[in-house]
Amino acid sequence: MSDVAVIGFAEAPNVRSTDGTTNGVEMLVPIFREVFEQTGLTKSDVGFWCSGSSDYLAGRAFSFVSAVDAIGAFPPVMESHVEMDGAFALYEAWVKVLTGEADIALAYGFGKSSAGDLRRVLALQLDPYLMAPLWPDSVAVAALQARLGLDQGLWTERAMAEVAVRSRAAAMSNARAQLSGQVSAEELLAAPMLADPLRAHDCAPVTDGAAVVIIAAADRARELCERPAWISGFEHRIDSGQLGARDLTRSASAAAAGTAAAAGAVGAAGAVGVDVAELHAPFTHQELILRDALGLAEPVLVNPSGGALAGNPLFAAGLARIGHAARQIISGAADRALGHATSGPALQQNLVCVMEAR
Amino acid sequence: MSDTLAQPSSGRHSSRAEHRRAAVLGAGQTHHRSKRPDVSIAGLCREAVDRALADAGLGLGDIDAVVVGKAPDLFEGVMMPELYLADALGATGKPLLRVHTAGSVGGATGVVAASLVQAGLHRRVLAVAFEKQSESNAMWALSIMPPFSMPLLAGAGGYFAPHIRSYIRRSGAPAHIGALVAVKDRRNGARNPYAHLRQPDITLESVQASPMLWDPVRYDETCPSSDGACAVVIGDQAAAEASARPVAWIRATSMRTEPTMFAGKDNVNPRAGADAAAALWARAGISSPIDEIDVAEIYVPFSWFEPMWLENLGFAAAGDGWKLTQAGETEIGGRIPVNPSGGVLCSNPIGASGLLRFAESAMQVMGTAGEHQVPGAKTALGHAYGGGSQYFSMWVVADSPD
Repeated sequence: MSDVAVIGFAEAPNVRSTDGTTNGVEMLVPIFREVFEQTGLTKSDVGFWCSGSSDYLAGRAFSFVSAVDAIGAFPPVMESHVEMDGAFALYEAWVKVLTGEADIALAYGFGKSSAGDLRRVLALQLDPYLMAPLWPDSVAVAALQARLGLDQGLWTERAMAEVAVRSRAAAMSNARAQLSGQVSAEELLAAPMLADPLRAHDCAPVTDGAAVVIIAAADRARELCERPAWISGFEHRIDSGQLGARDLTRSASAAAAGTAAAAGAVGAAGAVGVDVAELHAPFTHQELILRDALGLAEPVLVNPSGGALAGNPLFAAGLARIGHAARQIISGAADRALGHATSGPALQQNLVCVMEAR
Repeated sequence: MSDTLAQPSSGRHSSRAEHRRAAVLGAGQTHHRSKRPDVSIAGLCREAVDRALADAGLGLGDIDAVVVGKAPDLFEGVMMPELYLADALGATGKPLLRVHTAGSVGGATGVVAASLVQAGLHRRVLAVAFEKQSESNAMWALSIMPPFSMPLLAGAGGYFAPHIRSYIRRSGAPAHIGALVAVKDRRNGARNPYAHLRQPDITLESVQASPMLWDPVRYDETCPSSDGACAVVIGDQAAAEASARPVAWIRATSMRTEPTMFAGKDNVNPRAGADAAAALWARAGISSPIDEIDVAEIYVPFSWFEPMWLENLGFAAAGDGWKLTQAGETEIGGRIPVNPSGGVLCSNPIGASGLLRFAESAMQVMGTAGEHQVPGAKTALGHAYGGGSQYFSMWVVADSPD
């Protein structure tokens, strides 16, 4: 798998609420322009388009149908859509390039999380017969997960707070982040509980946003980008949807995806062998679970963008992690980087994209 | 977890441009009904999956990845139901993708599953598509009023009826063509044990006497609202050659999208459909579809879309599609049998309807279509469309790889 690379990335400002429609067009048009300026491409150069979004987030059927208006899809385009984070749209796009049906593919994701009561909307991802009728919301489910780890001594509330401290400090260099700043763990731990044992700083903010990534096959990638982020491993796995059927303090699917994705890398050092990792962890303790599952230890730099705790536009945040990781390679800051996306309650589904400079 | 997952298969390190072969190893579907209160969503899907695996002579352990397709989540009131379905589909510990491209999603599900094999990533992929429409009301779930968009009014029929009237005006087709399609499809459905509507005694007169819903579409010319699922197992060349059963080789796939509305949009003969078909025929090496395709499963939710899509797909010149219908050429035994399964007019679990077309086309070339088998079918088309005639997905399958 030596021949597909990320060559461009852009994301919309991560904000608490936008005035635009739930079909994402207002957020997508400017970042399409931005990524085309970066790469020197136009829409007619794109052989395959794939998007990720959710009708439930938009509160309407077929929300992605209007999003193709952002493309200007006439003459008609080869296009597909996943009801998943845009990271999985990127996976489908990568598959399409591997088949040889497209040389250049563009994946985008968008989500207007502010349109509804996000915690309750996400409760509808649970088993519709046995679990969802009880309405355990997404923060409550994550709190149960955090509690299990605390009680088993796997992490502490301070370690969780320190994740938030690092995230906000890192986000100070990310102009599109929603939350950033210098805070201390003490300050954060003095705040009241939101859903015991989670405090506000443990939870990603509610964010509207969108992201776009362009990938290209070997020849085009070299031509369009001085230092492409070559994809050496791209894998995803899902765990059981039954919260009681898996060990919530670990992530088997992230570990399996990470191991498989690392297998493609050359001369890997350490578990996944990367310099930098962008993890899609919407809760502080989930970053700790993911670091463990992916074998990320010092000196691997984690979430230089601030990660999802600095801005979590649903259905775009995972794709943005891959974009930020790729940017580390494209800019020359790193030689090998990992982008991660998650989906479903309590890290149920995980995707890992490992990229390298060549 | 299978070995192919733990280790990247050796094939993925080789040249990207080499388009690997893929084939349908097995297909299965549920008994489609207006309500299936006897099963959960998982039970409905599993009914189709178990039949597909049995048809392929495989078990869930032989599957490397799962692709799930369905239309809007609002139809069942479950957000991303594939998350809850992971265990029931045998996807736990494996890669699972969820596709949603409006009404064409069943077709897109088949195309994405085929791509995973053609890219050299997996040996066997399970594609599953479903809709359990009795959990809510699809017509009203579609009758939304999004900003800056034309409302669908009362369901899809209200949206498409003006396009049909436009087709009739442009083509000069006689008024009874739609009813002829309904009679053929419902009678075909009576030969299909899984069809929701099975009406062997339907007549032109009875269709024309049925209530008018959206002029010119009458009640009997409209798809039902169904609970149902469909599953297909797609394998690589080695898996296909190892199969003891007949397989359907995927000769070509194609997908195209255009916006819902724009100046110059042709709702009768949309360019996205025509472009998708042209790309499909080129990739499959087909120069005259009507001569080289033995049977077509085409997404016809309202009767008149048979002649409209025959033209859009290139089986007939613009304005001439209705002549094939009128001459009986789309019946089993005709020049281009269309929807021998009864098609969408007999069963419409929306998210699954496209994959049903793809599966039925595969069954025809595998020779496993039973009473609705087109004798000697070697090459078949599966077709789906969705949104406001803007999403198209299709494939050509055949009984031999080349």
